[in-house]
Amino acid sequence: MTKQERIENINRLSGTDVKKCMKCGKCSGRCPAFKDMDIKPHQFVSMLGKGKIDELLECKAIWNCLSCMACVERCPRGVAPAAVVEAVRETVVRMQGANGIKAEDIPPIVDELIPQQLLVSAYRKYNK
Amino acid sequence: MKISYYPGCTLRTKAKELDDTARLCAKVLGVEMEEVENWQCCGGVYKTATDEIATKLSAVRALDYAKHHGGKLLTLCSACHNVIKRTNADMKADGDICMRANNYLKLDEPYKGETEVLHYLELLKNVVGFDAIKKAVVKPLNRKIGAYYGCLLLRPSAAMAFDNPENPTIIEDFIRAIGGTPVVYPFRNECCGAYVSLKNGELPKEKSRKVLTSAKEKGAEEVITACPLCLYNLQVNGGEILPVKYFTELLAEALGVKE
Repeated sequence: MTKQERIENINRLSGTDVKKCMKCGKCSGRCPAFKDMDIKPHQFVSMLGKGKIDELLECKAIWNCLSCMACVERCPRGVAPAAVVEAVRETVVRMQGANGIKAEDIPPIVDELIPQQLLVSAYRKYNK
Repeated sequence: MKISYYPGCTLRTKAKELDDTARLCAKVLGVEMEEVENWQCCGGVYKTATDEIATKLSAVRALDYAKHHGGKLLTLCSACHNVIKRTNADMKADGDICMRANNYLKLDEPYKGETEVLHYLELLKNVVGFDAIKKAVVKPLNRKIGAYYGCLLLRPSAAMAFDNPENPTIIEDFIRAIGGTPVVYPFRNECCGAYVSLKNGELPKEKSRKVLTSAKEKGAEEVITACPLCLYNLQVNGGEILPVKYFTELLAEALGVKE
């Protein structure tokens, strides 16, 4: 797959039009995981628009986005930064051997109270 | 009245109190919750990638069941509600998703988003009515209670259409109906840290503490939620700043169906 095809695919998976962004930064201003996002929500939108996907595919932010949709709610232009983050994460985890979590890593963090919902959600977001 | 009900996996296991108290209260309020036959786990989260189909099918199956059993589907867990409501919006408005899901499911009649999805809180407000609940209360809860909305009930508001996403009021109105005093605090619609503890354990701790500290500063004595994952994060990762309960537990207490 060429880089151009990869860029087009991420755009298609995101279902959002990054060209509509007017760079106001409200998405990043509202992001509850801001400090843990090495690439901020507004930068995801901007970098995908410029085709700079190599850094996106290697960033830590795709694992720290909470999918809380606050950025989507605040965007005055109808852009969905969270959907760009998810499109990048899907592109990463759909590759061979690239799942974000492995079953053997789970037991130590499971306590008596952990709800099934947490494990199911994490598997669905981080793995293919 | 009878209504089709989708409990979801966590309500069968770690969040039994949410399911049990909701059923007890519904009975007292004249609502019969009929569990969807053979329901499957909703998957916990809605996937936004535009080519996702398999992750939407369990929601469509439950929605189609409800379409043929009264036309309404009642949800209780915030996550199930989010997944099912957003999938229903896709089935209504996204021709590509609708066609592919129907091609796969081969139902007797294609499902096109006809079912109305109702959260238990919406049932209390719009079907039973908060005034009727007020009349049914036998033990008013004279306490200061903070509503914790989190993300899943409210966002994205275009699909959820639950309440004002920035300044919601439904849970505060519910608290008034059961005789409590609602405490409005700034972090009530902020994320608790969700499922990221599997990748970054510190983030849910920090987020949950912020929510509870914010509620405590404004005078809340306890916090209520509709989401098992929020409850877990606030209780376990939030550092025991305030007690956290399901909203149905307080309803059951006020209606006198549970100690």
